[in-house]
Amino acid sequence: MSKLLDIRGLRLEAGPMGGRTTILHGLDLTLNRGEVLGLVGESGAGKSSAGLAAMGYTRDGVGITGGEILFDGIDLARASAATLQDLHGRRIAYVAQSAAASFNPAHRLIDQFCEAPLLHGTAARAAAEADAIALYRQMQLPNPDQIGFRYPHQVSGGQLQRAMTAMAMACRPDLIIFDEPTTALDVTTQIEVLGAIRDVVERYNTAAIYITHDLAVVSQMADRITVMKHGREVETAKTRQMLAAPQEDYTKSLWAVRGLKRPERSAPEAGPLLSMRGIEASYASAKVLQGVSLELPRGQTTAVVGESGSGKSTLAKVIAGVLPPSNGVVVWQGSPLPGRYQKRDRATLRHIQMVYQMADTALNPRHTVRGTLERPVRHFTGLRGAALGARVNELMELIELDPAVFLDRLIPELSGGQKQRIGIARALAAEPEFIICDEVTSALDQLVAEGILRLLLRLQAELGLTYMFITHDLATVEAIADRVVIMQQGRIVETGDQSRIFSDPQSDYTKRLLASVPQMDAGWLNGVRQRLAS
Amino acid sequence: MPPLMKLIFSRLALGAVTLLAVSALMFVGIELLPGDLAQQILGQSATPQTLAAFRADLGLDQPAHLRYLDWLAAAAQGDFGNSMASRRPVADLLSTRLANTMFLACYAAVIAVPVAILLGLLSALWRNSLFDRSVNVGALGAISMPEFFVAYLLVLFLSTRLGWFPTLARIDEAASFGDALYRSFLPALTLILVVIAHMMRMTRAAVINVLAAPYIEMAQLKGVPRWRVIVKHALPNALAPIINVVALNLAYLIVGVVVVEVVFSYPGLGQLLVDAVASRDFPVVQAVGLFFAGTYITLNVLADILSILSNPRLRHAR
Repeated sequence: MSKLLDIRGLRLEAGPMGGRTTILHGLDLTLNRGEVLGLVGESGAGKSSAGLAAMGYTRDGVGITGGEILFDGIDLARASAATLQDLHGRRIAYVAQSAAASFNPAHRLIDQFCEAPLLHGTAARAAAEADAIALYRQMQLPNPDQIGFRYPHQVSGGQLQRAMTAMAMACRPDLIIFDEPTTALDVTTQIEVLGAIRDVVERYNTAAIYITHDLAVVSQMADRITVMKHGREVETAKTRQMLAAPQEDYTKSLWAVRGLKRPERSAPEAGPLLSMRGIEASYASAKVLQGVSLELPRGQTTAVVGESGSGKSTLAKVIAGVLPPSNGVVVWQGSPLPGRYQKRDRATLRHIQMVYQMADTALNPRHTVRGTLERPVRHFTGLRGAALGARVNELMELIELDPAVFLDRLIPELSGGQKQRIGIARALAAEPEFIICDEVTSALDQLVAEGILRLLLRLQAELGLTYMFITHDLATVEAIADRVVIMQQGRIVETGDQSRIFSDPQSDYTKRLLASVPQMDAGWLNGVRQRLAS
Repeated sequence: MPPLMKLIFSRLALGAVTLLAVSALMFVGIELLPGDLAQQILGQSATPQTLAAFRADLGLDQPAHLRYLDWLAAAAQGDFGNSMASRRPVADLLSTRLANTMFLACYAAVIAVPVAILLGLLSALWRNSLFDRSVNVGALGAISMPEFFVAYLLVLFLSTRLGWFPTLARIDEAASFGDALYRSFLPALTLILVVIAHMMRMTRAAVINVLAAPYIEMAQLKGVPRWRVIVKHALPNALAPIINVVALNLAYLIVGVVVVEVVFSYPGLGQLLVDAVASRDFPVVQAVGLFFAGTYITLNVLADILSILSNPRLRHAR
């Protein structure tokens, strides 16, 4: 096999002169023709920067300060803009994380497909269009003859991601960079996209760099895996070897994240803390919840699981009183709650708290940690002066952050995991009985997410909290939930104890959902596709 | 596209209501001014009897709301009445002035709009370059000076010193088109300098804002040349704010140019309006005011509709 890409000692630096930070500290990568290399790491590991650099491209403010990027003998680190422009799209193509954001909303899919072949002169318009339709068909897009003539907003996310892979294939490049192409997709959609990508890459013997933070995904796609951390390579090995026997401690810790398990608990106390009967809710004319009835046992974690659009976040809004239901009632400790939070009394408001998915936007960036926590404490408990200070310190201890270090920091000065901890502390400030956690770990790296989950479990044991945990991630559900509620298109499909749902799912949708969760087994994708096809 | 038609229809209806409100406000405004047309024409020495007779003759003895409703009924049928000062039909007074105003506005717009957008695109393409900086400094300099000052500077250099263009832009029906262009070049240039900065800056800002989008990076990584990225990928998504600023500036070119008209003695609508207000000539003020308001509303509605049409999400339903 001949070498297609040979990156040697690549250094990337960002930021203004003086305050420069190093993104890559001398990275070495090689890729043979037709080979797929998986690039794995947590956010900030430099894997996306490395993928873009393999195209000779750096984002604004980032510069190549050392090393070489040999693509078929051409050093992209020193190539002229004209050379790069000629290679991009023709010999090296890119598939971005969010296809919805990376397709130009102003042009039809097929026009965007044809742009590269026409500019690079590899095909005339009619031939390019015919090729687009053929590739759409190979990518198993529905209605391949017509779909290209639609605008991006008229096509679903999973379809867009396949259309983008087809677009990358337009000039039959030697190398494609896939930058987390399925991260934004639901699990059942992810399978279709993964399968289609792998088929087309194999068919045209295209080499690829597949960037992801999801080990199970990369093990389906890659021949070889490189693990990265803080801009350095940790280790590289053939996929099977890497899965079976990782050498480095960091790799092992990544592999071990999925071992978290909630403590065994006794049966719930009598009577649910909160229940819902026949809840219907809609945004404008679009009905999102259609008759949802549900009971949340006291002191336990109920996971609400579903794909995007299933209505799980809407359910949280109804409970919190942000979106009054058009029908049905929420019952809190035996008495019905008003639909709007404005009409609820302060004790109820205090006992129902929320933690949000995006701690970045859920916390006011102009406030310090102290300001963020003092306000709800004052508001709900009326503490002032020294007692207030003591309570804030206590909250910080609860979330395992040192008050002396963090209290006077501004929110943007915290890491993602620290912000989410502050989000939890803000909910705890009200001394609630019930916390709604809306996808609280989905924006976090696996190791950080695990820390948050451990914290939530500990707080539950210490404070006797009841959680409603909204998530699309079944691994998280397995780790922390007592009860599981599966939702699809605004309805509850199945409810049950966690162990029962996982061992003996009843509805077809639950079965499909469980089967779709990528497993750390290189043969999983083939197996599940065969099963789903039959 | 029924939702789109509904949107457009509601904008048009709102525009009509606004126009009605403006006409009422203008009427009230004239009523609040001290003195009236009779006093103005007959002077301080007129006896109360002659004043009363003159008022009755003009219909000024009627209660204000009745006069307004009379005017409104006639205006709705396209009759804007006679000027009280000159007794000539308002429509006649307006027509030549209107043509002059539109001529000057179009003259300035045809040059200013393409130049501003081109400069905006180029300065977005060569962001922070010497070109970008000098265009910005020049444009901001021009907009920072009062328009009469810009006008006098142009007169000083291009007319008095160099003698290339006439100081006064007197145009009449006899002048040929080319002659009219030549004579009104200085007022047009003044207006161009005043409006370019606004449109250029908005084009630049809107395009640069879009340049941060992932689909721009995608286009670059497909090997699309820089200039094509700006024109083909960024501009179509930056149109809405640009269209709105262009519409505002076009409205200014028609409505807000009285100072420039005065400097160059250009016989446009602005001067007519100022004279009519001074003499409390209500029908003329109403007609010109209504035309100005209508211009603003029409251009804004047009801008709204065009920005809606520039959005594929609204143009093509899911």
